[in-house]
Amino acid sequence: MADGLMKLHYEIPADDLTYAGEASSSVKKVLVQLGINPVQIKKAAVSMYEAEINAVIHGHGGAADIEIGNGRIFICIEDKGPGIPDLELAMQEGWSTASDEVREMGFGAGMGLPNIKRYADKLDIETETGKGTKVMITVMYPNT
Amino acid sequence: MNVSELSEKLGGRILTGEGSRERQICGIYCCDLLSWVMSHAAKGSAWITVHNHVNIVAVAALSELSCIIMPEGIEAEEATLKKAAAEDVAIISTDLSAYDVCCIAHDNGI
Ligand SMILES: Nc1ncnc2c1ncn2[C@@H]1O[C@H](COP(=O)(O)OP(=O)(O)OP(=O)(O)O)[C@@H](O)[C@H]1O
Ligand SMILES: [Mg+2]
Repeated sequence: MADGLMKLHYEIPADDLTYAGEASSSVKKVLVQLGINPVQIKKAAVSMYEAEINAVIHGHGGAADIEIGNGRIFICIEDKGPGIPDLELAMQEGWSTASDEVREMGFGAGMGLPNIKRYADKLDIETETGKGTKVMITVMYPNT
Repeated sequence: MNVSELSEKLGGRILTGEGSRERQICGIYCCDLLSWVMSHAAKGSAWITVHNHVNIVAVAALSELSCIIMPEGIEAEEATLKKAAAEDVAIISTDLSAYDVCCIAHDNGI
């Protein structure tokens, strides 16, 4: 923590919805311990959860890297899945390619990416068909 | 009204979430699309859902909902109960329909 940043790393298992969301839950607990404002915690935790679930159900799993410090929570979720061919379309509410199996579990409303957009202070997505997807979420919190 | 009081009115059982029985219920939210719930459910709402798998616990915890209500006698999966206990999320199971749950909540000032 020489640069004053707390860094966390989590592996995100592929196609296993039983453990999906574990990384987000852990990060949420760390943010609570750090005494960050509940409003910022919710913004970070919900947007990370949506990106984590997407990496599980669409991206064949991946990894999450988090940096916290200097008034900024930075979350990067990266997978080596199929990528998103049309990002503009994917960002629209209600658009989804989720399988029937995950839809039966309540996923696939096509609201995940729009939720991230709404809750994050900054959102950057890098995606390439056949290579994978990198979702970078920033949430700012008042520095105390 | 808190979680225990609502459970009693619904003739329900609190399956887990010992520490959260006193939590105040600020409203009812009923929906089975998880991302939709995370987008729309207000903090402190009691959430009615037919899903009984483990992921509902994360949704309730992240959205700061007061409890989960499983209508029509639906039972939670074992993994769900474990996770809910760990995250301290109360789950109420009731034989009533979602509609009846809403009516009773409304009649009791929610
Ligand atoms: N990491 C990813 N890899 C590949 N495709 C993705 C990824 N994330 C999202 N997508 C594509 O974008 C679509 C929209 O994603 P979004 O999260 O908004 O909705 P969803 O995951 O289908 O449903 P919901 O999030 O409401 O459960 C997905 O259906 C999928 O086609
Ligand atoms: Mg999604």
